[in-house]
Amino acid sequence: MEPVIEVKDLKTYFRSPQGVGKAVDGVSFKIQRGSTFALVGESGCGKSVTALSLIQLVPEPQGFIAGGQVLLKGRNIVDLPEREKRKIRGTEISMIFQEPMTSLNPVFTIGNQIVEAVKLHQGKTRQEARAIAIDMLEQVGLPRPEELYYEYPHRLSGGMRQRVMIAIALSCRPDLLIADEPTTALDVTIQDQILKLMKELRDTMGTSILLITHNLAVVYQNAEEVAVMYGGKIMEQASTKKLFRNPMHPYTIQLLRSIPGIEKRGMTLETISGIVPPATEYPAGCPFAGRCPREMEGCAGIRPPLAEREPGHLVACHLYDADFMSKPHSKPLKREAEEAEPLATPPGERPVVLEVKGLKCYYPIRKGLLKKAVGHVKAVDGIDITIRKGSTLALVGESGCGKTTAGKGIIQLLRPTAGSVVFHGTDITGLTDRELKKYRSEMQIVFQDPFSSLNPRMMVGQIIEEGLKSLKPRMTRAERIRKIEETLERVGLTPEMRHRYPHEFSGGQRQRIGIARVLAVDPEFIVCDEPTSALDVSVQAQILNLLKYIQRDFGISLLFITHDISVVEYIADEVAVMLDGKILEHETAEAIFAHPKDPYTKTLLKAVPRIEQAAS
Amino acid sequence: MPVILATDLIIFFVVGIVVYFIFAGRKEGYTRNAWLQIRKNRLAMVCMSILVLYGSVAVLDSIRFRDPLRTDTGTVVRAADGKKIYSPQALSLLDRLLWNMRANTEKTFSAPLASRLYVKESMELPDGTMVRDYQPLEYPGKHLLGTDKVGSDVLFSAIKGVRTGVVIGTGTTVIIIPFAIFFGVMAGFFGGRIDDIIQYIYTTLASIPAVLLIVAFMLIFGAEGYQGGLVRDRDLYQGFFVPNDRLFWLCIIMGITSWTDLCRIIRGETLKLRELEYVQAAKAFGVAKMKIIYRHIVPNVMHLVLITMVLQFSGLVLAEAILSYIGIGVGPEMGSWGNMINTARLELSREPVVWWSLIGAFVFMFGLVLPANIFGDAVRDALEPRLRVR
Repeated sequence: MEPVIEVKDLKTYFRSPQGVGKAVDGVSFKIQRGSTFALVGESGCGKSVTALSLIQLVPEPQGFIAGGQVLLKGRNIVDLPEREKRKIRGTEISMIFQEPMTSLNPVFTIGNQIVEAVKLHQGKTRQEARAIAIDMLEQVGLPRPEELYYEYPHRLSGGMRQRVMIAIALSCRPDLLIADEPTTALDVTIQDQILKLMKELRDTMGTSILLITHNLAVVYQNAEEVAVMYGGKIMEQASTKKLFRNPMHPYTIQLLRSIPGIEKRGMTLETISGIVPPATEYPAGCPFAGRCPREMEGCAGIRPPLAEREPGHLVACHLYDADFMSKPHSKPLKREAEEAEPLATPPGERPVVLEVKGLKCYYPIRKGLLKKAVGHVKAVDGIDITIRKGSTLALVGESGCGKTTAGKGIIQLLRPTAGSVVFHGTDITGLTDRELKKYRSEMQIVFQDPFSSLNPRMMVGQIIEEGLKSLKPRMTRAERIRKIEETLERVGLTPEMRHRYPHEFSGGQRQRIGIARVLAVDPEFIVCDEPTSALDVSVQAQILNLLKYIQRDFGISLLFITHDISVVEYIADEVAVMLDGKILEHETAEAIFAHPKDPYTKTLLKAVPRIEQAAS
Repeated sequence: MPVILATDLIIFFVVGIVVYFIFAGRKEGYTRNAWLQIRKNRLAMVCMSILVLYGSVAVLDSIRFRDPLRTDTGTVVRAADGKKIYSPQALSLLDRLLWNMRANTEKTFSAPLASRLYVKESMELPDGTMVRDYQPLEYPGKHLLGTDKVGSDVLFSAIKGVRTGVVIGTGTTVIIIPFAIFFGVMAGFFGGRIDDIIQYIYTTLASIPAVLLIVAFMLIFGAEGYQGGLVRDRDLYQGFFVPNDRLFWLCIIMGITSWTDLCRIIRGETLKLRELEYVQAAKAFGVAKMKIIYRHIVPNVMHLVLITMVLQFSGLVLAEAILSYIGIGVGPEMGSWGNMINTARLELSREPVVWWSLIGAFVFMFGLVLPANIFGDAVRDALEPRLRVR
């Protein structure tokens, strides 16, 4: 059977002041009708650029297709004039994006936006288009499609908007649907629904799907065929079953190993050293050279071809090349293995550090000229939790459940409406700002976004110094500098880095700086607000390890706020599940994962995509 | 005897700031990094040289003194009590440097670099016959931009306009920035009641048509002000200072009417910044609010200040032209591009067209506004650590 789309040696380059970046460098694959093909890899590896090249929307003028072919049902679309390409988009290839909140135009009704697509490509009348639109809304499982047709996007939740996006994308029955991280911005229960919906529609309509994601578990459950990308090239490609049962490329193996989960509790996670290099600095040989744990002397200079090493299993690695391995450059490079230190033993009865009772954080809803409060948004509505010394409590919940507000309410970044937060016997909710300052160094917070959590105009040293200056005013300048350098080393950075600006660091390094800033003031309790959800899985593993080490070495208690169940399974001693401002269940981690009691907890745990076979 | 106008203080103040930054730029630190960055940008350096040239002209034109009156024989005229009597003419260093341009006047219009007048005049030939012809100039080929109706050099007028343009541009900016930053940051950072009050003030101000406000203000305060030309005794305070300077009032009222835009932009940005995590982190460290504002908010709104000011700069220079045109700007003796354009309006409608006054004013205005824009851009990029190439 003829594949729907065939990509042959595609090369998409970007011009930049630093040189030409080879974002996609010789990628080839085919997608069969009615099947799902997944592209996985960390951010910056060329997945999205590949997708944009397929739909011929590479951002010009910096980006350009430097070579190769994209054959849509046998016809090369790279050299077509723009008019022809426009006809293809939407009718034969369509695309859905990551961020459902910004991909719909807020000033047009839902119906309008679907009808626009239908009318444009199918030459239908308004009446016919309307019927198709309503039918599509029904097919994507939205309730009351006739009413929804006249709604504006802001009335819909993220999951519903993503359904609308799918409806628009599929309204012209395209041959190929490109889904670029379609569920990354969604909650895990919604993610589950959307992925199921996509699968269903694929089967009924016979559309092929190119699924782009960084989440290996999503790939495992949804794709027939997978290609693992790194440095603009495909590293490994096989059917999903084969690839997960027998990952061959060291990169794939490392990626799988760095996923946290319940089976890795108490162990150090394996990580990939270093960071994804920028597209202008890929090595001449294997792009993974320099980070690979099994690197050999010739790897950085000689490019491994993507070759079939087992039936139906393509790998680009010299390890499986008998010819290469027989030559002297196959001598393995000595790499310092990251020692897997055993972590702290599980908690017995530890003293309570912090006790939260009946915490409530309400936001007033103000209306009218005089801004009278007409009601309250009950972001946190009476929660009780206790945090013990040296242990981790995970606060789990979906977006909007109030978990971040709770975290801020506990360390008094937000003054709670009611309830008490007892820290070492003192209720700190009633203290004035001045009295509170004494407790500030004991309680700190690490934020989610490594890009907005550091002031871009301050050097790293100044950023860390800020807390010291404020909370330890007796320290001399020399002492502060010594402390800054010590802390930077502790989090795996070098002391000289204090003279650099945040933008010179990668996301993972910035998160380390964020942790160093907090660690410098010697806190006893740290709130970690989604500290790894903006990071790639290999970097996430580094940060989780770091947090574990710090906890072990300093006996710090952590309140770990997250929506990622696999992280919770790995790191938490106790778990509290939150929904609509209330705590549903507060148990030890073992108990909650083995025997969830609350129905919501059960749904939540069930919705998490998992890779069933143990990797490698 | 020196004469100092109120607007001269603005010029000296700006010079002071520049000198401060030069010294700050010599030491290691933030300013030096920015300076090294700017130095790599050749275009910015060219623009800076042009700005420095304009600046020096403005400074030379701001240092002026009156000469003692002398008799024809050169002796100083003294009053009855033996004090020297000074001429009412306060000539600046620039006037004295360009004495020839100032003094070499013709009878009326002459085209750039022409050797004869632009209009025919009747003249008597040595043999007594009357002819009507283009008369030869007294200083042929000396007027690079020609002469105007009363025969004075257009290039000289344009150069005299530099000071007015620079004063309006920088003086108004000096007034706007502290207001806009202070109110904008306060409104955005504290929110609530404070925000309401500040918003109320600037929406009220912005809702009054600016031109009306300026006219009213100028008629109340600036009507009697010094506007160039001879210094009257009643203008002088303590014999050397001229506090009632029309241009100064103009700067103030233009500042008052135009800080609201920048304030609104800064308020919006502050609203965004205050929720950012590095500000939250500072709060978690118990850092005082004023320190947070100073360290985290203000540096991160400065790029907006710079962009807005550079964009407004050209507007301000143009506004001066318009206001001079409707008669509430500076007087014709002060020399301003606005006045030049105003007179050029009539000259353009005559036949043959006199185009050089307009071109002169235009080229000089353009020569100030364009480099200011480019240099402003370069400074903004240099202050942005994210754009810095190592």
